[in-house]
Amino acid sequence: MGRYWRTLRRFWGTAVAVQLEYQANVLIELLAMAMSLSGSLLLLSLFYGPDQTLGGWSWAQALMVQGLYTVFDGMATTWLRPNLGAIVTHVREGTLDFVLLKPIDSQFWLSLRTLSPAGLPEIGLGLGLLAWGSHQAGVVVSLPALFAVLVMLIAGGLILYSLWFLIAATSIWFVKTWNATEVLRALLASGRYPLSAYPPTLRLLFTFVLPVAFLTTVPAQVLLGEAAVPMLLAGLALALMFFAIARTFWLFALRFYTSASS
Amino acid sequence: MRIFGLNRRIIRVLLGSQYAHMLEYRAEIALWALSGVLPFVMLSVWSGSDARSGLGLDGVALDRYFLSAFLVRQFSVVWVVYAFEEDALLGRLSPYLLQPLHPLWRYVAAHLGEQLTRLPFAALIAAVFFAVQPQAFWLPSFGGFLMAWLATWMAFAIAFLFQSLIAALCFWSEKASALERLQFIPFLFLSGLLAPLTAFPPAVRAVAEWTPFPYLIDFPARVLAGQPVDLLAGFGAQLAWIALLLPMVLLLWRAGVRRYSAMGA
Repeated sequence: MGRYWRTLRRFWGTAVAVQLEYQANVLIELLAMAMSLSGSLLLLSLFYGPDQTLGGWSWAQALMVQGLYTVFDGMATTWLRPNLGAIVTHVREGTLDFVLLKPIDSQFWLSLRTLSPAGLPEIGLGLGLLAWGSHQAGVVVSLPALFAVLVMLIAGGLILYSLWFLIAATSIWFVKTWNATEVLRALLASGRYPLSAYPPTLRLLFTFVLPVAFLTTVPAQVLLGEAAVPMLLAGLALALMFFAIARTFWLFALRFYTSASS
Repeated sequence: MRIFGLNRRIIRVLLGSQYAHMLEYRAEIALWALSGVLPFVMLSVWSGSDARSGLGLDGVALDRYFLSAFLVRQFSVVWVVYAFEEDALLGRLSPYLLQPLHPLWRYVAAHLGEQLTRLPFAALIAAVFFAVQPQAFWLPSFGGFLMAWLATWMAFAIAFLFQSLIAALCFWSEKASALERLQFIPFLFLSGLLAPLTAFPPAVRAVAEWTPFPYLIDFPARVLAGQPVDLLAGFGAQLAWIALLLPMVLLLWRAGVRRYSAMGA
């Protein structure tokens, strides 16, 4: 355990140091973030005329959902894209061999090897938007609710990670699955809006098959004091289930891995 | 007759080989086609929203608009920047530059080959859409279809030139794909992919119409969906953007190639 912790600190320390070499990239990322957020808010505002709602959610409440979406998008930029995107490259170029030879769990190595600080401001901005939206929506923050949201954020992160890792792991057979994650990203974009804005069939899809609902809508409902305990437990159970599936699938996939040259 | 090294025989060989190459990656292209589902997600939000009346699209018109937006996007996707960046980085560009054919033609052929490969998948997704929403089914008139086809092709030309311009900057900087990302964000919001342009506040719309973005999705999609559009203004704007971008691309490429010294030199 201690060894994993020390390794992690080394990984991230070097990753941040490397990124800080490229200062122009930081500026570009910040600009992209600002443009992207203003675009999202503009788009969201189109759904709201004078005192109208989107699927029963007020403007301030929808801002909370948008904030949560921004947090997860930032999480994808900082953590998932740099790490899980590299799996495909490892498989294609045969460098996965070296990873497997290391005296450390391969899934741990592949999932946490690097960190891109470019997404951190986005996470901060998302949290800010969430706080502002909650304030506007008149949410009275209680400690248990805050704790529940934190747990839901971690569960959501775990769901997102497991889905992404699951797809990336299929590259052991298909080699090029980079675009499969693009499909995932396109579908995850649906998390920008509260679940109730979608027709019933899509709601089912986004709750059970591709649980986008647990990433953004449910945590917002927790803050608003609308989510019931069973919903929270369902989210947690799904997160654990997806993680277990991803883990099992990875061990299964490795049995089929023959390095690039053989 | 040769235009930048192109004649009929070369066109045939280029298109044929690129199409064969793309067919190899059919599964990948099917997934790319599937990753274009965003207009359908937006359609489902718009359909349930009260703000729908402000769009000026009633009944099935909205379904048709977003399906058309999806189709137009499928046949105007451009990825020159990424292909070019990889070619430049891996040193494949050097032999291309020695050939008497302008390297951009190779990318044009690759895109056309990909569009041809994409056709059955796009048709399949459209068929599924009509199966779910049978009341939205429509067939554009032959004239309307030709117009839409032309508008989509011009949209592709604008997007291609725009990205080639960014790709040419690769000769000076390694940041081309970052620049591409920066132009993709306004494209996403202003092109009409996520919301028809009529949904925007008048001021935003007026600004958007001075950018190339609405002519990439909104205009061709409206033509395809059979909505009343000012054809003259739309095609005029498309032509104007092509006329503006084409000389810029050619000049920048010429300057870039002169500056180019292969990796490691």
